Amino acid sequence: MKLPLSWIQDYVDIEGITPREYQGALTMSGTMVEGILQQGENIQNVVTGKILKIEAHPDADKLVVCQVDVGDETVQIVTGAKNMKEGDFVPVAKDGAILPVGKIKKGKLRGVESCGMMCSEEELGLAEEGTCDGLMILPKDTPIGMDIRDYLGLNEKIAEFEITSNRPDCLSVIGLARETAVTLGKPFNFKKPAVTQSGGDVNDYISVEVLDSELCPRYCCRAVRNVKIGPSPAWLQKRLELSGIRAINNIVDITNYVMLEYGQPMHAFDRRDISSSKIVVRRAKDGEVLTTLDGIERKLSNKDLVIADGEKAIGLAGVMGGENSEIKEDTTDVIFESANFNGVSIRNTSKKLGIRTESSSRFEKGLDPNNAMAALDRACELVALLNAGEIVSGVIDVCAQMKPNREIPFNPDNINRILGISIDRDFMVETLTALEFKVEGDRVVVPSFRGDVEGEADLAEEVARMYGYNNIPSTLLKGETTMGGKNKKQMAEDLVKDTLVSLGLYEIMTYSFVSPKIYEKLNIPKPDYIEISNPLGEEHSIMRTTAVASALEALATNYNQRNDEAFLFELATTYHKGGEDALAIEKQEVVIAMYGDVDFYGIKGVVEQLLEAFGITYYDIVPETENPIFHPGQTAVMKLKNKPAVTVGRVHPLVQKNFGIVPDAYVAVLDFDILLECQRTDKKYKQLPKYPAITRDIAMVVSDEINVRQIEDVFRKTRSNILESYELFDVYKGKQVGEGLKSVAYSLSFRAADKTLTDDEVNTVMENIISELEKKLNAKLRL
Amino acid sequence: MKQQLNQIKADVVSALENISSKAELESFRVEFLGKKGRLTQVLRGMGGLSPEERPVVGQLANEVRSFIETEIERMGEKLEKELLEKRLVEERIDVTIPGTRKKLGKRHPITTVLDEIKDIFIGMGFQIAEGPEIEGEYYNFKALNMPEGHPARDVQDTFYITEDVVLRTQTSTVQARVMESQKPPIRIIAPGRVYRSDAVDATHSPLFHQIEGLVVDKGVTMADLKGTLEVFCKRLYGEDKKFRFRPHYFPFTEPSCELDISCPACNGKGCRVCKGEGWIELLGAGMVHPKVLEMSGIDSTIYSGFAFGIGLERTVMRRYEIDDLRLFFENNLKFLKQF
Repeated sequence: MKLPLSWIQDYVDIEGITPREYQGALTMSGTMVEGILQQGENIQNVVTGKILKIEAHPDADKLVVCQVDVGDETVQIVTGAKNMKEGDFVPVAKDGAILPVGKIKKGKLRGVESCGMMCSEEELGLAEEGTCDGLMILPKDTPIGMDIRDYLGLNEKIAEFEITSNRPDCLSVIGLARETAVTLGKPFNFKKPAVTQSGGDVNDYISVEVLDSELCPRYCCRAVRNVKIGPSPAWLQKRLELSGIRAINNIVDITNYVMLEYGQPMHAFDRRDISSSKIVVRRAKDGEVLTTLDGIERKLSNKDLVIADGEKAIGLAGVMGGENSEIKEDTTDVIFESANFNGVSIRNTSKKLGIRTESSSRFEKGLDPNNAMAALDRACELVALLNAGEIVSGVIDVCAQMKPNREIPFNPDNINRILGISIDRDFMVETLTALEFKVEGDRVVVPSFRGDVEGEADLAEEVARMYGYNNIPSTLLKGETTMGGKNKKQMAEDLVKDTLVSLGLYEIMTYSFVSPKIYEKLNIPKPDYIEISNPLGEEHSIMRTTAVASALEALATNYNQRNDEAFLFELATTYHKGGEDALAIEKQEVVIAMYGDVDFYGIKGVVEQLLEAFGITYYDIVPETENPIFHPGQTAVMKLKNKPAVTVGRVHPLVQKNFGIVPDAYVAVLDFDILLECQRTDKKYKQLPKYPAITRDIAMVVSDEINVRQIEDVFRKTRSNILESYELFDVYKGKQVGEGLKSVAYSLSFRAADKTLTDDEVNTVMENIISELEKKLNAKLRL
Repeated sequence: MKQQLNQIKADVVSALENISSKAELESFRVEFLGKKGRLTQVLRGMGGLSPEERPVVGQLANEVRSFIETEIERMGEKLEKELLEKRLVEERIDVTIPGTRKKLGKRHPITTVLDEIKDIFIGMGFQIAEGPEIEGEYYNFKALNMPEGHPARDVQDTFYITEDVVLRTQTSTVQARVMESQKPPIRIIAPGRVYRSDAVDATHSPLFHQIEGLVVDKGVTMADLKGTLEVFCKRLYGEDKKFRFRPHYFPFTEPSCELDISCPACNGKGCRVCKGEGWIELLGAGMVHPKVLEMSGIDSTIYSGFAFGIGLERTVMRRYEIDDLRLFFENNLKFLKQF
């Protein structure tokens, strides 16, 4: 909300308070002042001048050369403007002047000296960009050489308030003046508006019927006759314009002025257009059509409230008037409406139709029905002041039963207990009274315009904000000790990150919502995913069921950014249908994605080390040939507790192409839940070896179809208690071993905990292993 | 014989001067102390001495021997030292050539700062709580005192899955979930992803992170809220920073406040960064609204509490002076390697 502070000054004396002080004080008492603009601050050395002579420019058709009297001298100015004539008065920016658009300096225009600039409203910052056509022409009686700021009265301070949604009462001069008065400890000078009635009877002019009192708890109106439509006086226009509202004519300006001043939106109807002089407040019929003041035809439904006459809708209640009943130049009788509408209903209508007006944005927050009559009277007071017409005697007030003002308990001890201070009761009573609460013993009556105050906690805030939040001490928590810290899962998340970071991977963060196209790019069928009903765009329209696509996109980004290598990971949440209470099943997966100095065994090593960090040293592993995301010959699935827990492999060339990644890319996906489930934290110390180990190398030729895992299974199944470890050190394919065969070599280490092993003991185990390898895998020992 | 021994001693001294290597030292040793060495030769002649002379000469011979041995040892050490010094000179390298590096990964800057924040609160006895990102309308709005039609609902542009299911717009959703499942005393922070339908630009993202905090216990006051958040802010931003608590409005807290930090760019004088105010907003907080406590089954006449919400991206941006929010989700290593 934007207002000139001079308007606040009508209700509370703020003379002598600097803008900075005002801003600080109001902000700290709960009314955020975002900024205060001193008008004319960015205008310097601009004066009124008179054009003495206009001559053609010798070298330019579109320019003219003017001699301008600026008081102490006559200056030559070249201009492209056309709307002026000799003898006109204009604002002149002299050499070195400062304008909102920049600094003005002496210079030559097409060879002719120009010592300044004559200004338009736009150049002075008085009009919106693109709304001016030519210079600002000042009246004939303008004195020459006067500072333009003094001449135009550019001395207003305009404050921009941020009003929170719980305080619609502060969307008004009155509300802000009240806050200002209490904050600064000054009197609030509110005068009840006085209406001069001219006779007649309002009931002869208009009748009102409210058919839905739930949506319209109150409807007040007055009639004005012998209206003379014309422009409002300058002071009123200026106030509206400084508050961001365009002046139109005296009657419409009055409704807007009252809305700003009292916070009560109003409307004025041309009585001629109200058929049978009857206003009916009703729900629209489904499909009913109304053209609003902005000239747009609106299709309404039974959920929208309209102001109608005997035949048709003439206004969209609380949102915008109808074009069919607007104030015209020859309007003579006006009906002023000041009503109260249900906030939720206004909000829904305004949202549905996409019209947000100064009126609807106030009503939707819930206004005080008590304010309607005062505002109506203020409008009539202004009619008299502006001499815009005569007020017909009497007022119509169709009003549902008014709710009595809310009463809540008042207990200073409780307030102090909430705040952690001890403010005395007198201060509280004084503050609340100044804010127009009535303190009656241990009860407080809340003023009707403070719908936001419902209980003691709200009273505590009223007291605290005037006492000053910064005067409340800072204390540390007392009471029962709580067991802080992370749970097992949270620690496991840290473990994933610690391990992968130490292995040289960078953590990434990607969006949870993706495009449904990722499934095509991944070359997999679309799963049954969760869709966002109002997405920002197709690109972010579904909740991801896998984070692989996001990781591949990150690889592509890095490739396009010419990074030689990218080792990335994300501990990502994925979202799946079928959760409790119609929510999602949210799962976590670890996605590792790499290109650069890495191959299948490189990424597999990362996975193995991550598993090892979780205490998992053994798992089943099988080649994966069916997953379309992956290369069929370079992919494996690792199983934990018989569940597929990890897929690791090279990305399928087609998928890589879809994502625009040129270097070979490798991806691993680990199911975090299974990882967590299989985590072993029961590490036990093993005695350091006391006796030496005996190592034996073994090389064999097997069919290329056999995976080393099968050989290792043979080692493992010997269940020898002296076979300490085995390590693969060579795999060779080539002519020497023959087509379809490979040579595999292991180093086996034997050790006993209680003695030095003899060759015989080791030989027995070796023979056993060799015979098993021959039998099970048809292995031929190489010597 | 005496003379011979003295001559040996003199010869030793002069021979030593010419020794410049370990090999020379060894042949020197052989020359004097070896089986056929000069001293041995002399001693062999001891048998011819008279009994009176023998101990005298014997003593002298021992003196000469130990003199030679000491000298050899001394010389050996000297040579060793020279050799070492020579080697050290030879082994000199250009130490300004850059070191050989191991590949090192890093956490995302958002995680790094979040970890720091978690540690601060864990130190004050807080637990880490979690809740779903796809959330019921009840927990996102109703349980936070935002019934249907509440104007504050409009402020948060919500992504809907269905009419009753949303992408949570704030981590405050975790408040009600924790209070329903846990008895006071409650001290939790709940970090996580939240969603608002804001188009992507340098300062807006449809997805960002918040950290919700909630404390519920007997006798928790607004002074405690101030104290706790001041500890947090001072540890995160530095002891020398100034803070102010300013009244604000949130539907689920009452009284509510926002916490501002003195603008680091101008030290509170007012500048472009702080739009002339001298302060920058850090977080929102307040005393848990009694209605919110009651809705979650906590007796507001016995218990009170406070809650706060911190925007993580903005915190990280301030920390590292990052000016574009989009960088966080772009995952370019040129960015990620900087932190």
